[in-house]
Amino acid sequence: MAHYELETPVSEAQIRQLRVNDTVTLHTTLFGIRDATQIHLFDHGRSTRFDLSGHAVIHTAPNVRKVEPSTEYPAGYAPVCIGTTTSDRMERFTRPLMTQYGVRMIVGKGGMRDGSLAAFQELGGVYLAIVGGTAALETTWIEQIEDVDLDDLNPESLWKFRIRNFGPLLVAMDSHGNSLYDVVRSDVERNRASALASLGVHSS
Amino acid sequence: MKVDLNTVEEVSKELYIRALKLLPPDIKDGFTQLAATETGATAKNVLATIMTNIEVAENTNNMLCQDTGVPIYYVTIGDEVDVGGHALMQAIRRGCERATREHPLRSSVVHPLTRKNNHSSCGIEVPVIHVDYSDTPDELTIKMVPKGSGSENNSFLKMAIPAEGIDAIKAFVVDCAINAGGKTCPPTIVGVGLGGTSDLCVALAKRASTRQLGTVCADPEGAKLEAELSAAINRLGVGPQGLGGDSTAFAVHIELAHTHITMNPIAVNMQCHSARRAKATFSPAGVTYGF
Repeated sequence: MAHYELETPVSEAQIRQLRVNDTVTLHTTLFGIRDATQIHLFDHGRSTRFDLSGHAVIHTAPNVRKVEPSTEYPAGYAPVCIGTTTSDRMERFTRPLMTQYGVRMIVGKGGMRDGSLAAFQELGGVYLAIVGGTAALETTWIEQIEDVDLDDLNPESLWKFRIRNFGPLLVAMDSHGNSLYDVVRSDVERNRASALASLGVHSS
Repeated sequence: MKVDLNTVEEVSKELYIRALKLLPPDIKDGFTQLAATETGATAKNVLATIMTNIEVAENTNNMLCQDTGVPIYYVTIGDEVDVGGHALMQAIRRGCERATREHPLRSSVVHPLTRKNNHSSCGIEVPVIHVDYSDTPDELTIKMVPKGSGSENNSFLKMAIPAEGIDAIKAFVVDCAINAGGKTCPPTIVGVGLGGTSDLCVALAKRASTRQLGTVCADPEGAKLEAELSAAINRLGVGPQGLGGDSTAFAVHIELAHTHITMNPIAVNMQCHSARRAKATFSPAGVTYGF
């Protein structure tokens, strides 16, 4: 269980060294994406001017305040509260994010499935678990909303955040075929019978 | 008691913002209890991070979670309260919209087909407003719940049959908690609706999931089943954030209604660990805020 401080973007070698239960703190840049962002990118044929290669994306749609663009707020948005949404809904976008845009890290909550795990293994990627529902804390790790693309989808725009000390995040799915969610899932399946037995129900 | 609708509008605005920022004391106590007994190393870290977040939200006057949810208002009107009907609903709606624009809050509400967001947290039938009546003559209460989607997406209804009995209820609730996994932001309050019609059953589940921790079902059989199910769910090992551990649920809450001789409906609605709610009570002495 090692800890890594990673400046984005990262190389494939940096990702391959990460193992489940390691922790990571991210620095520099983080991109925010969500359901509609990816539906428009991958189903509606749209594209982004951002270079996501080697970068981390976070499953989010932030609370922001619209302000006059300035040095402090170059995108015309001040952060209000930025947190993380459930990743599972966006499962089918992991592979295209990696093959078409070169994304290497997904920050999310609740975990992803086999398709994502296979993509991480083949292409060199990881899933970094953040604690969902801790947005007040997470907001303190974000220095600025640097830029925004696809903003007609607001709040599900493609956000570019400048970050510092973003973490620690838990490596919950690595590039070697390991997923903490799979471990928990098989434990839970085993525990199901005893839970039902405690209720006087014969497991089906 | 006559209630001024401008006050209702202001209070409805304030309730949305308060709910997003201040976690009720019973939920905080729930965390303290879970943290005291949790044995998993990762689970302990997750619970500690959540408890830190509660402090950060209070110290920075920020929202606990970015998900502003679907706004729900539960209104209870005493017999002697003069507050109007349609006009009351409109005042609540205006307050909800003003909270969104004036704070500002992320509007999380879209049209179900066009997916268009009008950035007001309002739309067709939203905010959801439930109206009920009480025999406390001079009292109007409004409870506000910003219902987050991670937990709401894990809502389930099963129209079981009488021959499947109580076992069907038990197995369904356990399997819902398993299927929800980490997606609901556990530890959760697992709200269970039993009986009624399909729509009432689901509404009961939501009422159960947003009930104060430490309260029990008014029906003794329901209360007994709550305790059994709470213990069983916490044997599963889903844990905080679905990363394993003892703390899968704060509690299972049940609300029930009588049902048809041929029916055995079961609904499950989860509330995430950011189990937010805020309440205002109007009385002749004025308005007081609570949870």
